[in-house]
Amino acid sequence: MSALAEGTYLPKGLTQPAPMRDGLDLPYWEGTREHQLRVQRCADCGTHQWGPDWMCHACQSFEVEWVAVEPSARIYSWQRVHHPVHPVLADHGPYIVVLVELPHADNLRMLGNLLGDPMQDIVIGSDVEAVFEDHDDGSPPFTLVQWQVPSS
Amino acid sequence: MGGAWLRFAAVSESGRGLRGRTAIAGVGETTYFKRGQSPDPEFVLVLKAILAACEDAGINPREIDGFCSYSNDRNTPARLANALGLSELRYSNMQWGGGGGGAAGVVQNAAGAVLAGSADVVVAYRGLAQGQYGRFGQGGRRPAISGEYAYTIPYGVMSPAQVYAMRTTRLMHEHDIDRSTMRAVALAAYHHAQNNPRAVMHGRPLDAATYDSARWITEPFRLYDCCLENDGAAAMIVTSAERAADLSDTPVLVLAAQQSGGHRSGAWVHNPTDYATSSFKLAAQHLYEQAGVTPDDVDVVQSYENFTGAVVMSLIEHGLCTYENANEVLTFENLRADGGSLPLNTSGGNLAECYMHGLGMQIEAVRQVRGDSTNQVRNVKVSLSNAGPMVEIASTAIYGTAEVLG
Repeated sequence: MSALAEGTYLPKGLTQPAPMRDGLDLPYWEGTREHQLRVQRCADCGTHQWGPDWMCHACQSFEVEWVAVEPSARIYSWQRVHHPVHPVLADHGPYIVVLVELPHADNLRMLGNLLGDPMQDIVIGSDVEAVFEDHDDGSPPFTLVQWQVPSS
Repeated sequence: MGGAWLRFAAVSESGRGLRGRTAIAGVGETTYFKRGQSPDPEFVLVLKAILAACEDAGINPREIDGFCSYSNDRNTPARLANALGLSELRYSNMQWGGGGGGAAGVVQNAAGAVLAGSADVVVAYRGLAQGQYGRFGQGGRRPAISGEYAYTIPYGVMSPAQVYAMRTTRLMHEHDIDRSTMRAVALAAYHHAQNNPRAVMHGRPLDAATYDSARWITEPFRLYDCCLENDGAAAMIVTSAERAADLSDTPVLVLAAQQSGGHRSGAWVHNPTDYATSSFKLAAQHLYEQAGVTPDDVDVVQSYENFTGAVVMSLIEHGLCTYENANEVLTFENLRADGGSLPLNTSGGNLAECYMHGLGMQIEAVRQVRGDSTNQVRNVKVSLSNAGPMVEIASTAIYGTAEVLG
């Protein structure tokens, strides 16, 4: 786990995330500000759950808690985006999106960018670690969870 | 192969089920335009498509007493009924979800209404003028977003291509599916569009070299792997089989129509239990059981291309090829209406006729049964058309002749 040394992977000006008005996913977003990766886990049956919901899909319990999980994952799928669909990205060039699975949390999947060379080779199954990308100038401030292949 | 498709409870034997009890009495569409080029407002396009379908059916538009649409269509049944001067509106229905997931589900809903006696003449319709409203292929512009999109848009995942690319990558990874399958789907669509004067890409053929050298949209999709963006409208008239038989000597029966979602298929942030899927694995079994046919009986297929990779998934999950033989079966030669063993997307589909959120592909499936397609396959009795693969709720339908009922 580390914080992004400088700058952000994608340029500023994209739509920023905000917690849901009903409070469902506030613990996730608060966790990212503390550089902690949180997901849901059922207090009754122990099943991890993502995306967030009010009910455990495995046992229909409403007792769904938030737990911090180890911020490491495996690449499950990926794409390299070439055609920008937002003006902020118009002159940016290709960028990589990865779908990762969390082996420490029932292989839940999360989505983020893969840091580093946008033209790097991407291997499904590779281990990656979370990088917390702070946007302190957001309104309100927010933190994105990015991924990178650990330096050997 | 037939046994595997018949393991679900015998719905038709219980006296329930659509099989052959409703029909598509008429179909119609407006001129299909490139995005932004319609001279008519979207609402006018829908009215024109409905009138065209009624004329095709030989039904007075004032007989319409129900409407079904999908994808949160802006042109509401109440407004349509007002404009058409209908004396009674007995049924209105919306299938939720974006994109074209409901293009066959809308037939399921309309047929169900007719079968239940809720209405007698139900229009299934879709109008879309992306030039007058938002484009599906453009990202959001608002300053902040909450909910599922908060986990995707800030990472640059905004357009449908960006949302669905990773499913295709995973399909190719898990099953060694070759890119050549996706190219074959694109080439077949463009090939068929050259015989279809309605097609936006009529007169604009595509060859393999052009496909291969086209720019990336997002890997693994190049330009010609992605559907078009268009303006237009389309409509189908659903009635009882008896009424359709009064109107035509060769009515097109709805043999089956089914909405389609698997375990947690709508789970946020790419968390469906089964990921590399078109979401048709379960629905296809219900579909064939309801229709009383097997994949071997299917004469021609319209398989919705939001993206070519989804077509590969859909064909496999409908039992029309397998994970193991997809690379051999899905070739341009096999997918051609003129002599192919698995004629596919014979109007040009969403890639080359028009992206009317798939309703045009339902219409083409009907035309194949009637025998008046611009790329007519010989002696069609069973015609399959699916819709919206990979989206939260997809759908799929089979049309056929009375002969199939035996």
